Amino acid sequence: MKELSKSRINTGKIVALLLLVMLICFSMPVNSFSADNSITITGSTTVLPIAQNTAEVFMDRNPDVNISVQGGGSGVGIASLIDGTCDIADASRPIKDKELEKAVSRGIDPTANVIAMDGIAVIVHPSNTATALTEKQLKDIYTGKISDWSQAGGSGGKIVVISRDSASGTFETFNKLALDKVRVRPDALMQASNKAVATIVAKTPGAIGYVGLGYLSSNVKALFIDGVKPSNETVLTGDYVLARPLFMYTNGKPTGYVKAFFDFVLSEEGQKMVENLGFVGLK
Amino acid sequence: MKFTIRAGVVKENIYKWVFAVSAFASLLFLVGITITLFIEGLPIFKEVGFFDLLFGKLWYPTYDPADFGIFPLIMGTVWVTVGALVVCVILGVGSALYINELAGKKQRAILKPMIEILAAIPSIVYGFFGMVIVAPFIQNLLGLPTGLCAFTGSLILGIMALPTVCSIAEDALSFVPKSFREASLALGANRWQTMVRVVIPAAGSGISTAIILGMSRAVGETMTVLMVTGGAAVIPHSFFDPVRPMTSTIAAEMGEAVMGGAHYHALFAIGLILFLITFIFNVIAETISRKYRLKLGLSG
Repeated sequence: MKELSKSRINTGKIVALLLLVMLICFSMPVNSFSADNSITITGSTTVLPIAQNTAEVFMDRNPDVNISVQGGGSGVGIASLIDGTCDIADASRPIKDKELEKAVSRGIDPTANVIAMDGIAVIVHPSNTATALTEKQLKDIYTGKISDWSQAGGSGGKIVVISRDSASGTFETFNKLALDKVRVRPDALMQASNKAVATIVAKTPGAIGYVGLGYLSSNVKALFIDGVKPSNETVLTGDYVLARPLFMYTNGKPTGYVKAFFDFVLSEEGQKMVENLGFVGLK
Repeated sequence: MKFTIRAGVVKENIYKWVFAVSAFASLLFLVGITITLFIEGLPIFKEVGFFDLLFGKLWYPTYDPADFGIFPLIMGTVWVTVGALVVCVILGVGSALYINELAGKKQRAILKPMIEILAAIPSIVYGFFGMVIVAPFIQNLLGLPTGLCAFTGSLILGIMALPTVCSIAEDALSFVPKSFREASLALGANRWQTMVRVVIPAAGSGISTAIILGMSRAVGETMTVLMVTGGAAVIPHSFFDPVRPMTSTIAAEMGEAVMGGAHYHALFAIGLILFLITFIFNVIAETISRKYRLKLGLSG
């Protein structure tokens, strides 16, 4: 008799325990961010490799710090910074006015920290005879005024225009720097990643695309723009027109472990890692 | 004794509750997702008229002023799905017929599981395969400016939907009572005539169900179409034009859309339309398969 009633209580206890565990699980993600020794980084896929590599080395040196790095895009990163679900938002573009308004209304103070420079290279198939474009030609190709390579220094054939998705940071930068915000021709192939653009250009003789300098390889040919070759030097000197800064946004000035992390990223060693990943270091 | 019985009842009740909760959980998810789609999708109609959204020809969601015409995206989905349908009906129903009607026991034992393994390949692998191997091959073969087009998308999607179609169609064929075939053969019809005039009509609604379910698989597929259809938001004029289906638009742009902005709501509206399309497909498939079970006297 006793045993049976005991078992009854036990099942009740188990159910209660399960509910408790579920409750804890559901409330976890909110709590875990406030812990002091953990840093959450979310945002731009362009900045992702920098964040990942530097975070790994930083964690090796500081075993008590736990950094979790996620992609998702600049928009996602800034949205999570506003929602308070990340400490650092990676972005390949400056914050937008709308986002800033939203942040201010929630009492968040997004602070830009430039951690590297990124150059956007215009690439074509290695067999393409074109080697250089003027800014105007580039704009005409992307907006649809030119659609044959014979009008752009090539040996003829239809130009297959490849662009990044109109929602990506790379697109926004390219659109602003190269196209003066004019609409890309509607039949451009809009691709979801730098990698996809590079792969397609490498496989398509008539293609033109643009990628971050870090994605250049021998499978594609980078074009001179206005007579300037895309390289680390020309990006830093400002001679190359298609260049942009990369950001890590924080809520207010970085403090504590976040500051220590920034110090590491901006150190000579951190910037060397940035360069090794194909970006342009600030020093 | 009393206690034993009571403990048993309690136990039984707990099991009942656990299973009831899991059964109703899926209902909860369905309702939750549907409500979310409506809440997040409907606000776009405050900024864009219903017809402007549905039949607008320009998709420039991030420009100022923006254009939210999803007609090119809908046409992208339609073209790719129709193409995939052709591929998966020919291959899927064809292989189901072969497996059920013509293959020997040994071949059947190998073929059916093999085709079902196709379903186990992750869609990103199909996408990568399509992008790196199939698209350049088609591009060179047909001399196209780019191999990333509706045709390549259809081909790969058709192969992805093949296991669904083949497996359900094969089940439908195997449900056709043996007596039907025997009667037909006894009347002097040959194997071909029996297959075309007796077996296929008898399994017709089952085969239709298979095709419709294959179709909703093709409509909803995301990763593959994102990688192989090119992604140009234009109304295609031929199967060899690049297209941008609805699913890949959502996948590519949701990560970067400003939360709560018009673009964000427009993407949810696309999701809502997609959901309604696949919902209708599933209702049709369910209705047909119910009728078919009744027709053959199988309880359903």
